[in-house]
Amino acid sequence: MDIFIQQVVSGLATGGIYASVALALVMIYQATDVVNFGQGSMAMFATYICWAMLNAGVPYWGAFAATLAIAFVGGVVVERVVIRPVENAPILSVVIVTLGLLVIFTSIAGWIWTYVQKPFPSPFPSKPLKAGNIVLGAHDVGQIGVTLIVLLCIYLFFRFTPLGLAMRAAAHNPVSSRLVGIRVGRMLALGWGLASVFGAVAGMMVAPILTLEPNMMGGVQLYAFAAATLGGFSSPGGAVLGGFIVGVVENLVGTYVSFIGTELKLTVALAMIIAVLLVKPSGLFGTTVVKRV
Amino acid sequence: MGPRARPIIGVLALVAVACALPFTLTNFRLFQFTQVYVYAIAILGLNMLTGYNGQFSLGHGAFYAIGAYVSAIMMDKWDVHYAWTIPVAGVLCLVVGFLFGLPALRLEGLYLALATFSLALAVPQILKYFEHWTGGSQGIVLSKPTAPFGLPLNPDQWLYFLTLAVLIVLFWLGANLLRGRVGRAIVAIRDNHIAAEAMGINTSLYKSLVFGVSAAYTGVAGALSASVIAFVAPDSFDVFLSITLLIGSVIGGLASISGAVFGALFIQFVPNWAQDISKAAPWAIFGVFLIVFMYVMPFGIAGAIRLLWIRTQRSRVALSPEPRETAASQAPRAT
Amino acid sequence: MSVLLEVRNLEAFYGRTKALHGVSFSMMAGGITTILGANGAGKTTTLRAISRMVRTAGAILFEGQSLEQRATEDVVRLGIAHAPEGRGTFVHLTVEENLTLGAWGRRDRGGRAEDFERVFGYFPVLRARRRQVAGTLSGGEQQMLSVARALMLRPRLLLLDEPSLGLAPMVVREIFRILRTVNRDAGVTILLVEQNAALALDLADHVFLLETGRVVMEGPSEKLKSDDAIRRAYLGY
Repeated sequence: MDIFIQQVVSGLATGGIYASVALALVMIYQATDVVNFGQGSMAMFATYICWAMLNAGVPYWGAFAATLAIAFVGGVVVERVVIRPVENAPILSVVIVTLGLLVIFTSIAGWIWTYVQKPFPSPFPSKPLKAGNIVLGAHDVGQIGVTLIVLLCIYLFFRFTPLGLAMRAAAHNPVSSRLVGIRVGRMLALGWGLASVFGAVAGMMVAPILTLEPNMMGGVQLYAFAAATLGGFSSPGGAVLGGFIVGVVENLVGTYVSFIGTELKLTVALAMIIAVLLVKPSGLFGTTVVKRV
Repeated sequence: MGPRARPIIGVLALVAVACALPFTLTNFRLFQFTQVYVYAIAILGLNMLTGYNGQFSLGHGAFYAIGAYVSAIMMDKWDVHYAWTIPVAGVLCLVVGFLFGLPALRLEGLYLALATFSLALAVPQILKYFEHWTGGSQGIVLSKPTAPFGLPLNPDQWLYFLTLAVLIVLFWLGANLLRGRVGRAIVAIRDNHIAAEAMGINTSLYKSLVFGVSAAYTGVAGALSASVIAFVAPDSFDVFLSITLLIGSVIGGLASISGAVFGALFIQFVPNWAQDISKAAPWAIFGVFLIVFMYVMPFGIAGAIRLLWIRTQRSRVALSPEPRETAASQAPRAT
Repeated sequence: MSVLLEVRNLEAFYGRTKALHGVSFSMMAGGITTILGANGAGKTTTLRAISRMVRTAGAILFEGQSLEQRATEDVVRLGIAHAPEGRGTFVHLTVEENLTLGAWGRRDRGGRAEDFERVFGYFPVLRARRRQVAGTLSGGEQQMLSVARALMLRPRLLLLDEPSLGLAPMVVREIFRILRTVNRDAGVTILLVEQNAALALDLADHVFLLETGRVVMEGPSEKLKSDDAIRRAYLGY
């Protein structure tokens, strides 16, 4: 039972990472119908920037905050400069552009910082926490905490601030949003900025575990796809929940099912997704879109 | 010479040029062009499904892998002549694709893309798992076929002509399919699913069939590639292959037959050019190519050509004093 | 009384198709004008042209300022509210959120509480449903929400596209009564597109008739109502 709880907590920790990236993917998808294949790559790049600051002697939480700000600005710039020119192109063409972002960020990171894996510090103590017989990694617990704080802030922002309301409106109905004076283009850029922030948080939290290298976020992004699919791409809350579920199931399957080594873990996650899709084609919490013909 | 004759003569000219290439290029270049033809067949398969029928597939590499491994296993384990493996791979993929198309009917755009993406991800692991058949991570080594009937061609030249011949046959069949009633039904399903159903088109049947045919084309390409490269290994069929095919499809031009060739040329040669431009970060250059292409030609190369053609036709109509009938008969044909 | 809106030789395009062929008219501040015509005449297109939702040629002047180079958002911020065809409500958001967004384009965001009161005064049913998700409202209620949202802007010019579409006659009469009140009390100039000619002529003081993108008749609504020949020829009753 103790091992079970430990694995669940561990799963929630990684699940939080998946949830953050999944949220980023869903935010952009809701506003533009495009899945940003470059999200993980951009997150990795932000993490490298944090690494560079830490190397230069900046204290951890200062570098963390600065990285979030830089990631935000970076996301806004990418949307205005790279995505805006193709915003009216067919969806698959924009997807190709995001693939371009993926390779560009990965390649440039490799060029600047090489492909050698770099250790990345965790802000949490290495001594494990003990609760009775249960041993929990401090980083895992800290990670869950950070993820929850970020998610809470975002929820409050969207639910209770005027800007958050305007962004929600712009994502769901750009035409009507223009008719009330919302600058939809700007909202889109802000959306990308926020998505980059989620990605950066995920990157900085996962780097201590996976070690920092240009392809670090590849696996994470795949699990995030699984999470967003599970929860439904039309539901940010669903994506977050999906992330936690995927994290926990991945961990439990890896622990308790013996023939599933690390290699087949991803296949299991994906099989889970496909099973869900066959039963509920738009994800667990997704809404089926009713279109008038 | 009527307006219909011009494109046919154009195609014949291209085929003539293509036939001359084996006697002017090095073996390596020839190999590259053979690979282009293989990709073109695979991309045409993907085009049919995603471009003409609107079903997003991010997992066509899986069918490519099935075709390649079916061919390899038949040659390696049962000593089947390579030529027979190609139609077998095609038929098998047709069935598998059709069966896959059935549950796919329930999935909308994005979710279908993700489901196919997941399958593509699983392919290398599944291949490694069934080691007894697939040779596991080591793969299967094959030998390049020699020219039959004692023709004076080296293996690379022979494979080039074989692949070219298969390409021509499959493209001709595909063109007939896509430009006729079936093609119109397929496009109708893409553009307005419900209206198509209301017009009496059995959308479920058509969609699954298109999946099957599309898989068959890509499977044939995979089978050809087994002989061309003379080696199959699980890691060559990872998700990156599916993404590459998708890139080729979009860059070439989605709902287009000639687009498949343009796309194949792109995915074969542009990564090399990117490497020539920058040894340090070649993929960054490739990424820039991708983005710039989408800015300049959001509908792909074939789409851009079509737009140019329409514009020249329009200016010709504006300038000419002839009545409208002539303009209509000179209307651009789908490329 | 000054000219609030002036449109000169307006042409509008959907892609390559020309929908308006040189429409010209002007509106006085404080007046109510209605655009009548059959389906496809270009009525909605005219409103969309003013809101910069379609490509146009020709001049559009609001209080003397040219609108042609502005984006939709900027036109709204000048004080032009548009309740579009199909209502355009934010169906995932609550009634209250919809109304809050209506005031987004206003330069001074203060006084929102009064605006809520005013709007709920016009449409009490919205007050009852203020926390309800807009998509769950009935057609008539959503139309009221659409008009209410437009009024939250405190617009100087209100563009209304077929407010009666698909609504029960009693609901429509209610909405038109409120429009009359708003025009009279708050001095909001109204440009109304309608298919229900009788109701529109009752409300408006000026009318013009569109036929395949051209103005074929215009004048005071009294004249059109009283002149049997014109009415029968153009409006069929």
